[in-house]
Amino acid sequence: MSITKKDIIHVADLARLGLNDEETIKYEKELNDVLNFMEKLNELNTDDVEPTSHVLDIHNVFRSDVVEDSLDVEDVLANAPDRDEDYFKVPSIL
Amino acid sequence: MGKIKDIHNQLLNKEISAVELIKEYLANLKVSENKLGTYLAITEEKAIADALAIDKKISNGESIGLLAGIPMGIKDNISTKGIITTCGSKILENYKPVYNATVVNKLYHEGGIILGKCNMDEFAMGSSSENSAYKLVRNPWDIDRVPGGSSGGSAATVGAEEVVFSLGSDTGGSIRQPAGFCGVAGMKPTYGRVSRYGLIAYASSLDQIGPIAKNVEDCAIVHDIISGYDKMDSTSANMPSTKSLDNINRDIKGLRIGVPKEYFGGDEKVLKTLKKALAKFEEMGAIVEETSLPHTEYALPAYYIIASAEASSNLARFDGVRYGARDFDQNDVTDMMSVTRDKFFGKEVKKRIMIGTYALSAGYYDAYYLKALKVRTLLKRDFDEAFKKYDVLITPVAPTLPFKIGENIKDSITMYLGDICTVTINLVGIPGIAIPCGFADGLPVGMQILGKPFSEELLFNVAHRFEQNNDFHLRKPEVK
Repeated sequence: MSITKKDIIHVADLARLGLNDEETIKYEKELNDVLNFMEKLNELNTDDVEPTSHVLDIHNVFRSDVVEDSLDVEDVLANAPDRDEDYFKVPSIL
Repeated sequence: MGKIKDIHNQLLNKEISAVELIKEYLANLKVSENKLGTYLAITEEKAIADALAIDKKISNGESIGLLAGIPMGIKDNISTKGIITTCGSKILENYKPVYNATVVNKLYHEGGIILGKCNMDEFAMGSSSENSAYKLVRNPWDIDRVPGGSSGGSAATVGAEEVVFSLGSDTGGSIRQPAGFCGVAGMKPTYGRVSRYGLIAYASSLDQIGPIAKNVEDCAIVHDIISGYDKMDSTSANMPSTKSLDNINRDIKGLRIGVPKEYFGGDEKVLKTLKKALAKFEEMGAIVEETSLPHTEYALPAYYIIASAEASSNLARFDGVRYGARDFDQNDVTDMMSVTRDKFFGKEVKKRIMIGTYALSAGYYDAYYLKALKVRTLLKRDFDEAFKKYDVLITPVAPTLPFKIGENIKDSITMYLGDICTVTINLVGIPGIAIPCGFADGLPVGMQILGKPFSEELLFNVAHRFEQNNDFHLRKPEVK
């Protein structure tokens, strides 16, 4: 599999990375190099192998639905780049 | 005796005050840091205030924790309330966490005194600490060489004796490889052994926090303190803290050591030093045998797929909305996010986000991500088999000696290949400790000791017994 410029633009859009033209060209080469390196896995037949997403024998961890203290609103907003009273402020969405 | 107990007794016997001690360390650190680039923030004011509080306790006859007055460095991806935590990235340049990581609370509770936040590869992505967005870290044994990474600051600061111990994080070797390169002891605990709450995530199924110290005893003391169940981390293992210190002197006669041949393909000087160390173990009564972990060569590609995929998801949170940097010149929210991320993330971070996003995108998920998870199962089986026959496995930490600054940074694949001895350990979740096992060309050579899940106490024991037979941990680099 090889990655084209069109793929790079699509992936950058999915990842919300506003790449410029120069970066697009650079990533096309670098990603192809890395993906070639990853092709090595195709030497292995894994048809009957279960995937391991997690090494510990922990599945779902539940807790009781009890109200507990959480962060203060001022703390939550303390690092906001921009705010309006108790809200995070961002440029227009529509 | 390790340094922590030594200082603890000096404080209790009033041979030295905590303020004197901390001022001495800070004065030295400021000079040394200038040469090595080990810190992104130095917390002098807090350190002196904390030391004063310890002295007050001592003079009031109150009990103090084992870490009381002990100077420590914390990797800059571990949250420290009110102290800037950048992850080595411009996107978090002014970020001040509003809570502490669980490990930080535990260290504070024992009286540990933070001197600063340790420099690192941006978002822990790198093996040389050259990817920090602020400045690079230098190896205290040779300042023209890298200290390893990503916890390069945490390892170099301990190696140069700027602090007594530090915390690092390890996703594919980021504690062990820099510990090896800087000639210090570093433990990557079993996945789930140490809480990740407050660790800014890189690859959540691989990340672990662990201690770095000049000797095995101090490393074990810190591990005993930071390990244990935490309800704030849903992947925390429901087990008590380790009691490594109580078991550190056990005899290792009859210990079965497996030596996986796939890990011995590196630099001749590294291998020669390792072989000497293995002979030492035989002299000490251990049984050393060659073994095989047949899928080793597939670990690196599997690792880079899984780590990049998880990173692309974890780093989606840095969007300029709730914290971190923002580009203010955009009129549309999507443009704001795209420009912010492009502008404030570094090159390696963007590359891994791209790889991860691609590997998880429609049509490619099975070919890359699912395939890598299946290979992860094969790797785990290799280790399960090996641990039926052996108590521990011993390998080099890295295939080479610490390399020159600038030598590998331009070629990702070469840089990735340097992680060959460490990444598999994160994929299979087992613990591994790195300690110095000798020197070559004046540079430290690291040895990695691996065990079954939750065998940290045995690993500290084996490492400590080895350390008793040499003076590698007592040598101090002359930084010039």
